[in-house]
Amino acid sequence: MTRSITEPIDEELPPNFTHGDDEGELLEIALGPHHPSTHGVFRMDVVLDGERVVKLKPVFGYLHRNHEKIAETASYLSSMPYTDRLDYMCSLSNNWAYALAVEKLAGLQVPERAEYIRVITAELTRLQNHASTIGFLTQEMGASGTPLMYAFREREKILDLFESLTGSRMMCNYMRFGGCRVELPSGWLEQTKKVVEAFPRFLDEYERLLTGNEIFMARAQGVGVLNRELAVNAGVTAPMLRASGVNYDIRKVDKYGIYERFDFKIPLGEHGDVYDRYMIRMLEMRESLKILNQALRDIPPGPIMDAKAKIRGFRPKPGEAYGRIESPKGELGFYLISDGSPNPYRYRVRPPSLINLTVLEDMCRGYNVADTIVIFGTVDIVLGEVDR
Amino acid sequence: MLEKIKTDIEAAVPSCRLEIIPNGSPSGQHSLLVESTCAVEVAKFLRDSPELRLDYCSNVTGVDWLDTETSEKVKVKTLVDGVEQEIEEVRKLKSPGYLETVYHLYSMEKKHGPVILRLRTENRADKVHLPSLTPVWRSAEFQEREIFDLYGIIFDGHPDLRRILMWDEFEDHPMRKDYVEPDDYEYEPTAHEDILAKAKQHNA
Repeated sequence: MTRSITEPIDEELPPNFTHGDDEGELLEIALGPHHPSTHGVFRMDVVLDGERVVKLKPVFGYLHRNHEKIAETASYLSSMPYTDRLDYMCSLSNNWAYALAVEKLAGLQVPERAEYIRVITAELTRLQNHASTIGFLTQEMGASGTPLMYAFREREKILDLFESLTGSRMMCNYMRFGGCRVELPSGWLEQTKKVVEAFPRFLDEYERLLTGNEIFMARAQGVGVLNRELAVNAGVTAPMLRASGVNYDIRKVDKYGIYERFDFKIPLGEHGDVYDRYMIRMLEMRESLKILNQALRDIPPGPIMDAKAKIRGFRPKPGEAYGRIESPKGELGFYLISDGSPNPYRYRVRPPSLINLTVLEDMCRGYNVADTIVIFGTVDIVLGEVDR
Repeated sequence: MLEKIKTDIEAAVPSCRLEIIPNGSPSGQHSLLVESTCAVEVAKFLRDSPELRLDYCSNVTGVDWLDTETSEKVKVKTLVDGVEQEIEEVRKLKSPGYLETVYHLYSMEKKHGPVILRLRTENRADKVHLPSLTPVWRSAEFQEREIFDLYGIIFDGHPDLRRILMWDEFEDHPMRKDYVEPDDYEYEPTAHEDILAKAKQHNA
């Protein structure tokens, strides 16, 4: 179902109806922008031959507020709360990506304890993101509610941890350039340990419900296959890329933060279909738990902010930096150009959700409309980040 | 590292002008300015060269550099009333602005990077064409559309160059530094006037 990467992409959509063709009529419909499966406002203009998808063009921009322009008129720090609103499922990962880019730009060091806190919060974020993504996926397959509510039950426990640490469940605004905003509240680590210890039980329960489920397998296996070459060429990242068998995880490649200290594996898929993408997320959650156990065991006492980091009057030297992390959705990068003033001259977000959608048409072509919804669910996007 | 890549490219694409743009920040991510006429060849070389294998184009973005005016004081000797005197003169130097695209390339096979490419347009007004690198890396497809939308760079060879975030009828490019916000965000001719006129007729 995929075409070679050198072939040009389609020129234009055909007219709404074509007549006099033996194959029958093509029908152009708009899936969205208020389709329940899109988790936001997103439209797919699809051309159908009966029930099969012939063409699919994603349409974005319903949630566009030009975050980049707003950030260029504000100081570096005042964009930090705004990064929460990009991918609102994973605000702590977004905070980290932005902080990392600014730290590269200004040459700031991060104290060890703060690095550990960053790893712990980012991996907790990954747990709750992957759990809810799978929940949404099953919802879209028609498993009405149950798996999603199981996932949300666990997610809520993690969001409670975030709330007690940062004051907010989802809009955490926790990291700062050169460290973190506040010290861990007393008893937080113990509570986190409890949540981490209880999590495998949820994963086992979840897997018993889904992994061998006949209906789930019938809907997922061999559907929406993404081949390796196209995945690399189209810049697809995160579980989607690894389900196609490419071993590329920025935690291992860049070793940003302190990830080289932890022992964890990168699960890889074989077929690149919907089922592999589901399985990769399941396995990644187990690896995240490994990282969490090690981090919670090793976290040292100490300061959480770089003493040299300035909060007021922060003006990095002229220059530029690109910082990226492995967010649960993919490679989240921030590209900053400083001209020596308090505001960034150029502020760019590399949105993994948007770029992973590049291959949506290639994955969906030839499948039924109902499969399109499932394939779209495994891309795992958040429209706040796609449209910015 | 970047010097070596530069010499490699010069060997493979001989007629191409390249320049290393130094980066003053502690990140040390220097970039390579590529002449736009040979950008596609350079991109293909970087992607396919067995040593580099930059198969993954991660981030593509635009930057707007305005016309800059720098003034410098120059001492000029002139004859004033038959006596030679030194007079300070202010000279203004105008350098034209340009639009720029920045490509961050990584290698998934060799796991190295980033190699940063920059392409520049001739000016900001009418000569804003650049070659599209989407035929080389599909990941640039939506990102180049976004640059076209928000900066107004026209990518020659892009398979589907349309606005992506703003609506199709929108005319300006909002990420440009000299963009002025409209007073009114209403973008479609609304039916209000017609409806009011009809209502008047009804009431008459």
